[in-house]
Amino acid sequence: MALLQLSEPGESTAPHQHRLAVGIDLGTTNSLVATVRHSIPECLPDEAGRRLLPSVVRYLKGGLTVVGVDALAAESTDPRNTIASVKRLMGRGPADTDPGMRARYDLTDAAGMVRINTVAGPRSPVEISSEILKVLRARAEETLGGDLVGAVITVPAYFDDAQRQATKDAARLAGLNVLRLLNEPTAAAIAYGLDEAAEGIYAVFDLGGGTFDFSVLRLSRGVFEVMATSGDSALGGDDFDEVLAQWLHKQAAGADLDCGANRALLSEARRVKEALTTEASVIARVPQLGGGVRTVDVTVETFQSLTRTLVERCLQPVKKALRDAALKVADIQAVVLVGGATRMPHVRAAVKAYFGREPFIDIDPDKVVAIGAAVQANVLAGNRRADEDWLLLDVIPLSLGLETMGGLVEKIVPRNATIPVAKAQEFTTFKDGQTAMSIHVVQGERELVSDCRSLARFELRDIPPMVAGAARIRVTFQIDADGLLSVSAREQGTGVESTVTVKPSYGLSDDEVANMLKAGFEHATDDMKARALREQKVDAERLIEATRQALAEDADLLSLAEAQRIDAAIAALATAREGTEHLVIKASIEALSAATADFAARRMDKAIRTALTGSRVDSL
Amino acid sequence: MSVTLSEAAASHVSKFIAKRGKGVGVRLGVKTTGCSGMAYKLEYADEESADDLVFESHGLKVLVDPKSLPYIDGTELDFVREGLNEGFKFNNPNVKNECGCGESFNV
Repeated sequence: MALLQLSEPGESTAPHQHRLAVGIDLGTTNSLVATVRHSIPECLPDEAGRRLLPSVVRYLKGGLTVVGVDALAAESTDPRNTIASVKRLMGRGPADTDPGMRARYDLTDAAGMVRINTVAGPRSPVEISSEILKVLRARAEETLGGDLVGAVITVPAYFDDAQRQATKDAARLAGLNVLRLLNEPTAAAIAYGLDEAAEGIYAVFDLGGGTFDFSVLRLSRGVFEVMATSGDSALGGDDFDEVLAQWLHKQAAGADLDCGANRALLSEARRVKEALTTEASVIARVPQLGGGVRTVDVTVETFQSLTRTLVERCLQPVKKALRDAALKVADIQAVVLVGGATRMPHVRAAVKAYFGREPFIDIDPDKVVAIGAAVQANVLAGNRRADEDWLLLDVIPLSLGLETMGGLVEKIVPRNATIPVAKAQEFTTFKDGQTAMSIHVVQGERELVSDCRSLARFELRDIPPMVAGAARIRVTFQIDADGLLSVSAREQGTGVESTVTVKPSYGLSDDEVANMLKAGFEHATDDMKARALREQKVDAERLIEATRQALAEDADLLSLAEAQRIDAAIAALATAREGTEHLVIKASIEALSAATADFAARRMDKAIRTALTGSRVDSL
Repeated sequence: MSVTLSEAAASHVSKFIAKRGKGVGVRLGVKTTGCSGMAYKLEYADEESADDLVFESHGLKVLVDPKSLPYIDGTELDFVREGLNEGFKFNNPNVKNECGCGESFNV
């Protein structure tokens, strides 16, 4: 049972057509998955309500893999097999491997990309990243109740082709269809709705766990143009942890630490850093070699002076980007902060001081990229009108549709749809061996073709003979900016195609349009009954046709009495079909279906026997 | 003649409208899709149009276009949670059979 979502006005999707798509922020420290539900983008939590998934993967003996909080908890006890910040190694060859990562893990140089040796064997950064993506994919599919059609995954603007390709490979390995890789700053701008905001020049300051990106975007007519990007792909919140950890180690006068104690020290430094966002001083507990803990008092002033050079390092790329784009600070209309590290008060203060304005901080800087990616994924998956970026030129006054069996109208383009617009729907054949289809284009709000206005008729010929229902005929309604409608029908298997063009509003006065609308409302109940009746008549006809066909082929499977019973049911249905009570027809349809149930089963047995005769079991 | 919201549905609709920043209520309707039956429409409503039938439920406006009403008259919109998944559900007394997924139906 699918549960329904609230849509934007006029954007309800057809049944089974709501396409599940997510945005994923595959971060150095944390990763998130977000989606658009009820038209509102949000990050999806796990069962425990946690939205951030630590980008940490732990390999255990026996092939088991742990991802996230549980892996993070094992960082200090099992450091060699617990891989954090793997994003730093994505697409990196032996020559440009991050020295910090080289010190922390047992790396093997391999062609193209390094490998990390774990108890489970050597693992590439792509494989490790895919473990993170798999967890996010499972969380999304469980939450949304279905398979994902795709994901938008964000990457730093600085990622080169190899790093982007590695990210795509990781997604494919996790079973995700990548709709698009999106630059993180663009995602942040989209999350703030800047794509719908005033035209101008915006800056995105993204200090994440492992990378710093600064981008200058120019928005004109709803489209972002990247004017300049700069940054430092080895500068992030992790570096603040590192500096603080080194200082703590010195303060506690510790001897050289082993791998595990070193990791514990780093986690402690991170905790202290985060606590100092809201507190003036924090007591750090520094682990000692051979057990034991020493406490060190850390004040905001101490932390800020220790990391001042890191903050200054952030401003260098900012200056460079502005210089590259030939812009002055005053040209920047707004600054968006992204990444958990921008929570540090002295980072915010530095940004504010440099740009002379308060940066945007309304959306949680940890979530803003994932949210922007989700908004983009929703558009790319086709859940919003593709014409949203177009100017609203006009709307069509009356629904456009075509005639289906029984003289019923199938509406393809609803009234008030903005033009230009294109909508397509698939139809199939009604009878076995049908080689042509007549397409009747109508306009109006009523359910029966006879109550609507006929616009055009054309035929699609040369459909290859197939059993009823096997042909796939895609009918596309396209209305251009001038209101010109062209309808095309294409048989998907062979590609045979036929097209007609009409101007639907031609010759209709405003009064006539209004009358057609009014008639649609006044006759709503009649139309409902008429539609129900026609539908049952069509079903009845289809069933009689199919039963007669079956009798012609396999009458020998029936005893005389059985054949008579089926004939009687056909006759009863044929009579009921002429009546006006849809429930009576329905009952007769059910009676005929029941009468032929055994016959159908026998025909199936016969078909299987025929198919299997002469075949060996192992060849099936 | 009425179409209503359950308490759960109303509180979620209010929450979503607050987050979205605009909207006067919800619009319920059906789309007829040929021989496969009807499909539900569930949308935010930003404004009433002159033809709309307007119902009040838990302080929210429920708008229905006159063509859809016969199909969903008496419906209560509910909000349910199934594991991590959650969403709206039409409790529609007119339904004779559903497609199993709850997205389309017959009267």
